[in-house]
Amino acid sequence: MIRWDWIVDHLDDIAFRTGQHLWLAAIAVVVGFVVSFGLALVIRRLPRLYSPITGVSGVLYTIPSIALFTALVPITGLSILTAEVPLVLYTLLIYVRNIVAGFQSVPAEVLEAADGMGFTPGRRLLEIEIPLAIPLMVSAIRIASVSTIGLVMILALLGDNLAALGFFIRDGISTFFPTKVYVGAVLSVALAFAADAMFVAIERAITPWTRARAARAVA
Amino acid sequence: MPYGSTTMPDQPPRASTVEFEHVTKVYATTARGTPGAVNDLSLHVPAGKICVLVGPSGCGKTTSLKMVNRLIEPTSGRILLDGVDAATRNVTELRRGIGYVIQQVGLFPHQTIGENVTTVPRLLGWPKARRRERAEELLQLVGLEPATYRDRYPSQLSGGERQRVGVARALAADPPVMLMDEPFGAVDPIVRERLQNEFLRLQEELAKTILFVTHDIDEAIKMGDLVAVMQGGGKLAQFGAPAEILANPASEFVARFVGADRGLKRLSLSRVADLELQSVVTARPGDDSAAARERTLADPFRYLLLVDAENRPIGWVDQDDFPTSGVLTEELASPMSPLLNRRATLKDALSQLLDADVQAGIVVDRAGGVLGLVTVEMVAERMRETTGESRFIDELLDPDDGLQRAGATA
Repeated sequence: MIRWDWIVDHLDDIAFRTGQHLWLAAIAVVVGFVVSFGLALVIRRLPRLYSPITGVSGVLYTIPSIALFTALVPITGLSILTAEVPLVLYTLLIYVRNIVAGFQSVPAEVLEAADGMGFTPGRRLLEIEIPLAIPLMVSAIRIASVSTIGLVMILALLGDNLAALGFFIRDGISTFFPTKVYVGAVLSVALAFAADAMFVAIERAITPWTRARAARAVA
Repeated sequence: MPYGSTTMPDQPPRASTVEFEHVTKVYATTARGTPGAVNDLSLHVPAGKICVLVGPSGCGKTTSLKMVNRLIEPTSGRILLDGVDAATRNVTELRRGIGYVIQQVGLFPHQTIGENVTTVPRLLGWPKARRRERAEELLQLVGLEPATYRDRYPSQLSGGERQRVGVARALAADPPVMLMDEPFGAVDPIVRERLQNEFLRLQEELAKTILFVTHDIDEAIKMGDLVAVMQGGGKLAQFGAPAEILANPASEFVARFVGADRGLKRLSLSRVADLELQSVVTARPGDDSAAARERTLADPFRYLLLVDAENRPIGWVDQDDFPTSGVLTEELASPMSPLLNRRATLKDALSQLLDADVQAGIVVDRAGGVLGLVTVEMVAERMRETTGESRFIDELLDPDDGLQRAGATA
């Protein structure tokens, strides 16, 4: 049974853990994107690096998260780095593949036309390639944010400091107090949904051309 | 939708000469030979002319085109624009000064049509207000209503409309040279013919120097002031005016490439307006019937053409159908033979006449007013004069049927 009185008494605590959860996930989603975007640009110049880079990030992805978090504790202690390094590494595979796919989705004739009209390589990247890669980049951000919000739960096993919403679930289980479990679970799911919905809205706002197709004229 | 009349800036048309001097492009040999290679190509294209590069696939025609804007660099030789070696120029500036149209168009899907057509002005740093004005002019120029099209995205346009936008985009900064790589290759034959005609009319006003690549000899003959026939291995087989290439193919290869129906192809070189049109008796609804009948009987042709107040044709009246008294009415008119534009090529005119299974077509001006008649026999006569190749066309003519069927559609 849900103990509403407990929830009301602990609103401060719940707000803090929710904020912490969001913050930890957001750092990983942003840093992971920046690192991956850089790697994708490198791959764009040197396509033969695609296999090694996605191979390494694929291997990293297969390491169980608990193992990776705990393996870092001797090196980085219980600092925020211990939390963020694995979270970022797990986003790489999702990001790199999708950003590269985004660049590859730009039609060859569009690039040829751009070159033929006298775009410099930098302007071509900024004005043509990146905008056209947005749909695939945003879908990568959606997957990465949902999966990172889930992974942040595991941090509760490293102690109270960075426990985020996982704190309630861990505590709720060990003290047989279901209300805490519900609070942690419901809020983390809500965060994931909210993040996803926000990115869908952003994508719609910045890629009006993708919806124009539905309104295609017969002419 | 026809191309609108020009709204280009009031300057004399800008055009450069384009010269290829012993241009060679060598690729590493593959199992299938060296497709795209170019071997010692020398061409001089005068300013303001359309030069068509035509040949089978892999003959190096597209390679030759892309060496002009340096999307491909020649292995040896020079390409001069107005006497200046393209290789010595800044590549970005060079490209911004050359219009480029490709078969798949390559419009930017994330930009509106208005943004697409003003791409080069934007690269050149034109202020926004001037770009907006230019977009308006360009869309009008290619026959797309600016208010309707400016804010659409490329995915909302038909193939033919996209091609027009592609042409408008290439013209945006008024470049002295245009490169067009099978620009009308991706649309269906009917749209292609219309785009070709509209582009030729536009070119009459713009007078750009245009290099135009196609694999279609009919298109080459129709579009080119000059035609360069290329053959495998990137060799120039013949370079000259279309009429000259059709009349005197320089080699067995050229003769086979232009085909056995050279006489018929030459019809693409003449237009209906070049013929002395046959006159036709006309009258308007409300005119006196007896007088009109008299005039019709005096004419070798047995029909009278009923026209409206603006001289636009309504239909034919057979000499036997005239009321003995009273006035002519629209109900007397029977269906019309095809209406031919005076700018239509004789080939297109002949094909329209044959499609409609009639012997004569009505030639009209741009306002739709009657100019006269063109008959299958007149076209055939033109072919006899120019080629002596008339067997094909003679078979089309049924002397017993002659002009009797002029007014009737099949």
